[in-house]
Amino acid sequence: MSPHGHDAHKATAYVTEEDLPERPIAAVPSDVIKTASWRTFRPVIRLEACTKCYVCWKFCPDVAISIDSAGWPVVRLDYCKGCGICAEECRPKAIEMAKE
Amino acid sequence: MVRMVLSGNHAQSYAAKLARVQVVAAYPITPQTSIVEKLGEMVASGDLPAQYINVESEHSAMQACISAAALGARTYTATSSQGLLLMHELLHWASGARAPVVMGVVNRAIAPPWSIFTDHADTVAQRDTGWIQFYSESNQEVLDTAIMAFRLAEHEDVLLPVMVTEDAFYLSHTVEPVDVPSQDEIDGFLPRRTTRGLLRPGIAGRLGSFTTPDLYAEFRHKIARAMVRSAEVFFEIEDDYHRITGRHHGGPLPTYRVDDADAVLVTMGTATPTARAVVDAMRSHGKKVGLAKLRAFRPFPEKEVRQLAAGVSRIGVLDRSFTFGAAGAAFTEIAASLYGARHRPALRNFVAGLGGRDLTPKVIEGMYKALLKGDGEGVEWPDIKRRMEVVRHG
Repeated sequence: MSPHGHDAHKATAYVTEEDLPERPIAAVPSDVIKTASWRTFRPVIRLEACTKCYVCWKFCPDVAISIDSAGWPVVRLDYCKGCGICAEECRPKAIEMAKE
Repeated sequence: MVRMVLSGNHAQSYAAKLARVQVVAAYPITPQTSIVEKLGEMVASGDLPAQYINVESEHSAMQACISAAALGARTYTATSSQGLLLMHELLHWASGARAPVVMGVVNRAIAPPWSIFTDHADTVAQRDTGWIQFYSESNQEVLDTAIMAFRLAEHEDVLLPVMVTEDAFYLSHTVEPVDVPSQDEIDGFLPRRTTRGLLRPGIAGRLGSFTTPDLYAEFRHKIARAMVRSAEVFFEIEDDYHRITGRHHGGPLPTYRVDDADAVLVTMGTATPTARAVVDAMRSHGKKVGLAKLRAFRPFPEKEVRQLAAGVSRIGVLDRSFTFGAAGAAFTEIAASLYGARHRPALRNFVAGLGGRDLTPKVIEGMYKALLKGDGEGVEWPDIKRRMEVVRHG
């Protein structure tokens, strides 16, 4: 993985008090910290129903939906909290919330 | 060293100047204003080469200090009463960010009813914010403690903010002769800040970022440990200050004539010299009374309280503020310190001197007499005016 890839934070993985810096400074960019651990439901996109309108992308409050090279929306599960706003807003009902 | 005639507030200003503070955040409030006013004069005249930031509130004043400290600057601000309460949120941010900010606080009563006079409720209410707190009895002690505060705050093993308090008007606006060390003496005692700032321009870093339940408590525990270490570090600093200036204010709980005392009163701030005079007067009449000054309220000097209590049968605690629904804060903490101690003296709490009410020798002598008599217990407000007394005196 690149230094800014999804596993970069593991290089500075903090497990105990001794691992932590004395002062609460984070030296890595925030986009490598995974923040989805409390998700209960995950959005599952049925691409056959998707019209690429990108309403899900626009509404996601955590910028957790990206667009792949073919133009399909992709849920980035390292950041998705499972709020369900994308599924609520999707007009063709292409997104279902599936229990983790 | 030069002897000057200074108010407590100007003692704070001169301490900050001798510390060569680099950033001063200023917002006025009575009775603090003359601290930052004097610093403003020093900056304007070029005597103090510092950034002087006129902020729009106390909340912003503390934020300015935290940010400047995070970049490595030595910072100072001052406030009082309502202003300190407005800062409350940022006080937590300062200790959480381990920002070694030093702040002068002039103890003033909290409204309503409006009052500008001495009362410790403003700083006592900040005891859980992670700030070190010192209370002083004279303008000399204010100056010396404020200078030491910078070295304590910035010490590698501490890195916590420090509050240097003084009683409104009794110290803030009363002038006394104060021995002011020379710049050379203080430069030797307090070199330029050596701890690096948390943030550096051009290098990515995030202060105040998110923490999951996995690690939040570990950061809190680090503050708790630093607070404990600060007590030891302060002893070293005060010894060093003594070597340079010849002055020593006696650590976190200096005592007076307690060795064979039957009753000891614990005071904070300017009640202390009055109580000391009462001790001398009562001693001359054969009453075995003594005094302990609670100089550091955070970290609370639990060990010293236990040492004091080991040789005393009755302790009275004079609180110049009250925690509604409980007791005076110093009383509660002294009682807590003694839980489990082998020798536990009888404890009484005197809540008096609120809102600037004079703590006269007569009032304090009454506390000693009540202690020596040994009847009564718990919390008492001895200077409350009651109808019976008005009739008798009126």
